[in-house]
Amino acid sequence: MKALAGAIGAGFLFGIGLWVSGMANPKKVLGFLDITGAWDASLMLVMGGAVAVTLVGFRIYKTKFELPTSKDIDLPLVAGSALFGVGWGIAGYCPGPALTALSTLSMESIVFVCAMFAGGWLHRALAGAPQR
Amino acid sequence: MHDFTPISAAAGGALIGLASVWLLAANGRIAGVSGILHGLFSPPEAEWRAWFVSGLLLAGLAWQAAGAPVPLREGFPLGWAAAGGLLVGIGTRMGGGCTSGHGVCGLGRLSARSLVAVIVFMTTGVISAYVVRHVLGVAS
Repeated sequence: MKALAGAIGAGFLFGIGLWVSGMANPKKVLGFLDITGAWDASLMLVMGGAVAVTLVGFRIYKTKFELPTSKDIDLPLVAGSALFGVGWGIAGYCPGPALTALSTLSMESIVFVCAMFAGGWLHRALAGAPQR
Repeated sequence: MHDFTPISAAAGGALIGLASVWLLAANGRIAGVSGILHGLFSPPEAEWRAWFVSGLLLAGLAWQAAGAPVPLREGFPLGWAAAGGLLVGIGTRMGGGCTSGHGVCGLGRLSARSLVAVIVFMTTGVISAYVVRHVLGVAS
């Protein structure tokens, strides 16, 4: 129960952070990615602010828990990240902002999230990778 | 420089970082939203993931209930939204993470793998935004 309370609390705080920071606003995200337009550098500071906290916080907790162990810099990592970036640059949503934006019931967020699930299933179907 | 909002960006980022540390402390799990999403229907880890996603949705509802600005985009073509979502879904699954898992958490753990992922998706994101907006002329 404590773990589930932690999960919903962390999800809530994460979501508020996305709204406060502007990450939940796809126009702002694209204004950041589009460096040739009227560039809005704000979102650099979102990553900076977040990593400043995790750098310190993870140092305290990381020894106790189950963390990703893979260290391989391989083709799936690079190709997958490249495809993710292309999708992010098209729509201005990455997974967290898309999910919290779903609460607005905007048609674009509904379509994006459904397509994101479909993409995950498609990859599993094609790659035959076991679901974690 | 346009619409530069450094304070809210850094403050919101710090909240995202705190939430990630909280999830690690409470559940021993990495707050990688794409991993949470793709594993939403696979027990036994499905339950906490569903709660995390509920938290994300509740945050959006609370934000709107508080009367805070919700920047809705009008007229973005739904076909492009679908294409973007599909690529984000495939790519995050193949690459094992997104802006949160590789970015916020991976960089915080000083993971070289995540650093490579971040550099790659930032680069293709910049190229993609340029092509879609300025070459294909999609209003976004």
